[in-house]
Amino acid sequence: MTIPMPDLIPAIPELILAVGALALLMVGAYGGERSNFTVSVLAIILLVVASAAVVMLPAGRLATFNGSFVVDDFARFVKVLAFGGTAAAILMSFDYVKRAGMRKFEYPVLMLLSSIGMGMLISATDLIALYLGLELMSLSLYVIAAIDRDSAKSTEAGLKYFVLGALSSGMLLYGASLIYGATGQISFSGIAQAASQGGLGLTFGLVFLLAGLCFKVSAVPFHMWTPDVYEGSPTPVTAFFAGAAKVAAMAIFVRATITAFPTIVLQWQQILVFVAIASMALGSFAAIGQTNIKRLLAYSSIGHMGFALVGLAAGTAEGVQGVLVYVAIYIAMTLGTFACVLSMKRDGRFVESISDLAGLSRTSPMMAFLFAMLMFSLAGIPPLAGFFAKFYVFIAAINAGLYALAVIGVLTSVVGAYYYLAIVKTMYFDEPHKSFEPMSGEQVLVLGLAGAFNLLFFVYPAPLLDAATVAAKSLF
Amino acid sequence: MTTWPILSVTTFLPIVGAVFLMLLRGDSDAVKRNARWVALWTTLVTFAVSLVLVWRFDASTADFQFVEKVRWLGGYASYSMGVDGISLPLVILTTAIMPICIIASWDSIQNRVKEYMIAFLVLETMMIGTFCALDLVVFYLFFEAGLIPMFLIIGIWGGPRRVYASFKFFLYTLLGSVLMLLAIMAMYWSAGTTDIPTLLKHSFPRELQTWAWLAFFASFAVKMPMWPVHTWLPDAHVEAPTAGSVVLAAILLKMGGYGFLRFSIPMFPLASADFAPLVFALSVIAIVYTSLVALMQEDVKKLIAYSSVAHMGFVTMGIFATTAQGVGGAVFQMISHGIVSGALFLCVGVVYDRIHTREIAAYGGLVERMPLYAAIFMLFTMANVGLPGTSGFVGEFLTLLGTFKVNVAVATLATLGVILSACYALWLYRKMIFGKLEKPKLQKIQDVSAREILIFTPLVILTLLFGFYPKPVLDMSSASVNALVSQYQQALNDKNPGAKKAASIENVTGQTR
Repeated sequence: MTIPMPDLIPAIPELILAVGALALLMVGAYGGERSNFTVSVLAIILLVVASAAVVMLPAGRLATFNGSFVVDDFARFVKVLAFGGTAAAILMSFDYVKRAGMRKFEYPVLMLLSSIGMGMLISATDLIALYLGLELMSLSLYVIAAIDRDSAKSTEAGLKYFVLGALSSGMLLYGASLIYGATGQISFSGIAQAASQGGLGLTFGLVFLLAGLCFKVSAVPFHMWTPDVYEGSPTPVTAFFAGAAKVAAMAIFVRATITAFPTIVLQWQQILVFVAIASMALGSFAAIGQTNIKRLLAYSSIGHMGFALVGLAAGTAEGVQGVLVYVAIYIAMTLGTFACVLSMKRDGRFVESISDLAGLSRTSPMMAFLFAMLMFSLAGIPPLAGFFAKFYVFIAAINAGLYALAVIGVLTSVVGAYYYLAIVKTMYFDEPHKSFEPMSGEQVLVLGLAGAFNLLFFVYPAPLLDAATVAAKSLF
Repeated sequence: MTTWPILSVTTFLPIVGAVFLMLLRGDSDAVKRNARWVALWTTLVTFAVSLVLVWRFDASTADFQFVEKVRWLGGYASYSMGVDGISLPLVILTTAIMPICIIASWDSIQNRVKEYMIAFLVLETMMIGTFCALDLVVFYLFFEAGLIPMFLIIGIWGGPRRVYASFKFFLYTLLGSVLMLLAIMAMYWSAGTTDIPTLLKHSFPRELQTWAWLAFFASFAVKMPMWPVHTWLPDAHVEAPTAGSVVLAAILLKMGGYGFLRFSIPMFPLASADFAPLVFALSVIAIVYTSLVALMQEDVKKLIAYSSVAHMGFVTMGIFATTAQGVGGAVFQMISHGIVSGALFLCVGVVYDRIHTREIAAYGGLVERMPLYAAIFMLFTMANVGLPGTSGFVGEFLTLLGTFKVNVAVATLATLGVILSACYALWLYRKMIFGKLEKPKLQKIQDVSAREILIFTPLVILTLLFGFYPKPVLDMSSASVNALVSQYQQALNDKNPGAKKAASIENVTGQTR
């Protein structure tokens, strides 16, 4: 008996990354620590090529590996974001790696492996592919969190992330097995057909599956790891967690709920409404007391995932479009913000406390201006990009009749505005500290692009909106 | 006819100036001087362009004019601009006040001049855009975006408690507005568009009207500000730099009144009728209570801030009387208050620049050394009181007249406010200007400079002109106001047809012609 060769064309981007990652491992192994820079640059090039490959794949819905791996417009949209986010995170690490003495060639390679996991995750259309993609992504993330071996904090972050991540994987797997038990199916479309009768086993499975996914997007009540991991990990790694990893996890969250459980919307909708409200509220209130900017951003990202889930809770094409617009804008804002955080260095050391930003508007006005605009954008103040992100998820929620969710959501966004304003206040109203060392070129690039996108999004929003509309439609 | 997008040009000219300023580098005296001149010229050119609007405006129709429309936001909303008789006066007020603000900050702002001017220019764009927007989303965008520059203006160039005041200002206003955003979304799903001219003709279901009215009210009542959500205003006024206070009093507060006129009354007529008693009650409380509070103030700016709240009470009262006189009077009162309260804050700025205190007790006998200042200050005090012959009288009189036809008790109580405003304003004037010049700090105080005369002259002329001859403003707005009122009555009439209502429409429209 011969097993037919699967069609590899849809998986070309992931194959490029996989082969490339192995090759880079060789380069690193032979080149030693000095090759870090070369490996990083090559990794970025690989990610760009993979993104281009994603865009250039034949149009329409391509399926392979017996239908468990699908490239549709949704997958294209999110993969470009995830690969782009990974590339930006590697780019931003150049300066950090040099200063923190973290010259390890494994670091970009692990990021590549993680992004392969993301690609699989985004394209997964059955429970097994979902689990494989999730684990490949996460296992790399656990290691990267602890990449700064000599730092106790980084090690702690990695360990914490691993232990809790393993727990969540267990829950997810348990949920998947319950779903399989209840429906006899592992493919999302099969589950969708079988799930129309509902049933207790299916509901239990659904809850566990969602719990596992909530952990990955760090939604309350599965958020506990986030602040510690964000704070402990090296900053470029945090940028990676906050950007690309969140986006990929959110994508599978959307795909799994929308394509596998369209017949029992009401059951997962109430879970998502709760999770969204809890995340938005915790993200807003808990961030107020933070003094460390990375911890603050951790709570901020919890809140933002809550907002994105508002769109998913609507369960409609508009809602999915809202989520996609949200994650796209969110990744830009996050990368820009982390470019600023990475530039907070004084006397050759990185500083992370919010009070270190005091008077930044005097010492480096341009950075302060863009940072402030990013903060206003994260708070959702028009006409910045962050406003449109919230606009699209809330308009979907209103159409779905989720008024209470929408009202609570916007109210928490006002609470959240307080701590973003507090950062602006520190930069603009307080007396200046000693100035930071000048930003490195890559960070200027990332911050400049993110800042320009954020400021000028409203001028010509059509390309992103249209792409998101097409992507969202491909799930329905 | 117009072939160039004149409203967009007016709206975005200040931004062009701001971008130009951003290109300036450094913090030298030359840069400061250039920044001031660039800002001044930008605002002056904007004002000149806005005068073209006046010239080409056709006051005989209630339709929106100079309409522009471009596809935007992928189907949800389009970029759409236009003005009618209600918004045009406010646009002109904005463009006219801004050059005055720039000149008023000429010497008093020495710190981070470039950023200051950028913030003001950006703010101007947002304010003009708010009044010109013909799409709910575009309106919201401008309405909210104005918070950012104002937050920075109060926070960076404000007084000792500037951080507290700027946060309070920002969060209060944001809290009101986000609810409005949700209402806008609900309206979109109900009507299928966010285009304002279409929505004005759309009749929303009763229940949606109630909720949306409340959501819009939350936003506009805070912005206006109405009692009891006015508490951010005194803080913001006291801490803001002079020009910031002027903009706040003259223009930002008018956004609330404009919102009521543009959205609440015509789009939710049934809900407006239901809630009119609530608005009347809050307006009367605002008029009487904040006037009493103003009597107790020891800080000049705070006193004027409370008087602003009281005067805005007349506006909300007139708007919700929904008679032609009431609404026309409200529009006029907004313009008049914009000029007068702006001028009063400038008056405070004049003495504040000299001896750097806002305490009433620190002044006294200024007339001896500053006769011209005393004369200017007196004129605006009288206009604030509503003395016949000043613009303040016309607005208060019309709103009271309009309300009297609807609710005698409310009008009577509100008239108390006129008396109380005389009490606090004259008391303030006596304390500061009359008496003996005994305070050592005041012995060498100088009378108004040429620059200050320059900023007061147009305001003095307008106050007197509109006092004796209010026709330009009333004529400009009358067609739109009449259309608004008759549409409102029509909507109520459709709901409960009855002979009594029909007669009252006859009555109202008959008298306005």
